[in-house]
Amino acid sequence: MRAAAIDRPASAPAPFSEPLGAAAHLRCLGGIMWREALRFLHQRGRFVSALVRPLVWLFIFAAGFRSVLGVSIIPPYETYVLYEVYIAPGLMAMIQLFAGMQSSLAMVYDREMGNMRILLMSPFPRWYLLTSKLLAGVAVSVLQVYVFLLIAWFWEVEPPLLGYIAVLPALILSGLMLGALGLMLSSVIRQLENFAGVMNFVIFPMFFASSALYPLWRVQESSPILYDICRINPFTYAVELIRFALYGQLNVPALAVVTGCTALFLGVSVLAYDPGRGLMAMRGGRE
Amino acid sequence: MQDHVTAAEHASSSAGAVVALNVDNLSHAFGGRRVLDAVSLSVRQGRFCALLGLNGAGKTTLFSLITRLYHNTSGRIAVLGHDVRREPAEALRRLGVVFQSRTLDLELSISQNLAYHAALHGMSARDGRERAAAELERAGLVGRADEKVRTLSGGQMRRVEIARALLHRPRLLLLDEPTVGLDIAARADILARVRALSRDEGLGVLWATHLIDEIEAGDDVVILHEGRVLQHGVARDVIAGTGSAGLGAAFSKLTAGAPGTGEGDAGSSD
Repeated sequence: MRAAAIDRPASAPAPFSEPLGAAAHLRCLGGIMWREALRFLHQRGRFVSALVRPLVWLFIFAAGFRSVLGVSIIPPYETYVLYEVYIAPGLMAMIQLFAGMQSSLAMVYDREMGNMRILLMSPFPRWYLLTSKLLAGVAVSVLQVYVFLLIAWFWEVEPPLLGYIAVLPALILSGLMLGALGLMLSSVIRQLENFAGVMNFVIFPMFFASSALYPLWRVQESSPILYDICRINPFTYAVELIRFALYGQLNVPALAVVTGCTALFLGVSVLAYDPGRGLMAMRGGRE
Repeated sequence: MQDHVTAAEHASSSAGAVVALNVDNLSHAFGGRRVLDAVSLSVRQGRFCALLGLNGAGKTTLFSLITRLYHNTSGRIAVLGHDVRREPAEALRRLGVVFQSRTLDLELSISQNLAYHAALHGMSARDGRERAAAELERAGLVGRADEKVRTLSGGQMRRVEIARALLHRPRLLLLDEPTVGLDIAARADILARVRALSRDEGLGVLWATHLIDEIEAGDDVVILHEGRVLQHGVARDVIAGTGSAGLGAAFSKLTAGAPGTGEGDAGSSD
């Protein structure tokens, strides 16, 4: 029983002392993704409820507003589109917005419950661990989006086949941005640690003051101020990036904004989780 | 850097015993409240060192600093000669930790929990499986690898956490009040297992506790009180030095003389 132990003298250095190379980094990322996948399998109820929300919007809200809100021909659409078709990309982004906030809150909860401490005991750099954790959350939200797209197809939301592939990188990037945003908010703002607060102060304002539900030119007609708010809302750019990608087009300004915001949010999050920057220490002070 | 590190490690181990944990003149404050005040202590390889203190003495803060939850702003912490601030990866790779709160994923099986930890340390799936099998055998949980953690008793969960902490073959094992909430038999079992690790495998063990009866006369003991180290040495010497009959009496005598005692935390346990 002790055979494995006795072969090492007391002064031996750590047996796994080879440098942590690229393969080890990949194994770490793989392990984090795999755990997220396992947790996901154990929480199928959450997966279903996350799908119900956008579907309710699609089936009920869109049906009701279809006659009220006509959408003229605007890029990337080449014809008049049904209102359902217009809001589908916004609802895809909404799935990712909820997923990003939820997984980031779970990280805070994890941290307090101890799982986060296990993650942070890994010898890999913190930025790498946090990014891996975000990517794992994004993978689950992307899966949710594709299931949504599948159901929406039966509801006459029928983007070109190429769009289903082209939208994947857009979804990964926007998922990262929203996950990083959640991580940043949860690490900086203590009051946002319950989901109701996040709903009221982050998710609803971001979702409604964006191009998710109505085209920006329509917003501008009714309220120039709201238009300006929509234009500085990063969520608008996530929606537009997804919308254009879904129709096989690249919206360069949206890509630039989403990439920039991802870098910014992630940077702040990494700083917030840096043991030397005080935020952790401030939180530690509550113990 | 890797060469330099290994050489340094080698030099110090051939010169004598490289110290598993060295904490030097460490102070830490939250806001204006000073939690650790010029703490110095060391844990030698192959030694069981008890960190004895009441709740609120600063044990958990000390653990948080060693495990890099936050930086030490003063003083120095080194794990097997690797400064945790300057070489965090090297320090973390030689460090195994059992936290006070439960940190296993209850919905996953034992082997899934261990595999996750192995991946976090960059181990290959095969290495991870082999190490997990070896550690589960040591923990006496071989047949239960595929059971959900939720189904385990408190003592078994602790054994899994210890197995997990040992997975990457650390040379220093930190345990933060690992017997809290366990019954007497499970407590004795965990204690015996950890003592065996330091005795048979040369691990340095730092065992934080407020339970005096967990400490034997031959153990190293660090008495931490209100953020300051009052005594550091072999338990029997500490007892003799204070002219007490036992460690409990020695502890009372030492803490009675310390400034700021009697603020109401003396009676708290658990």
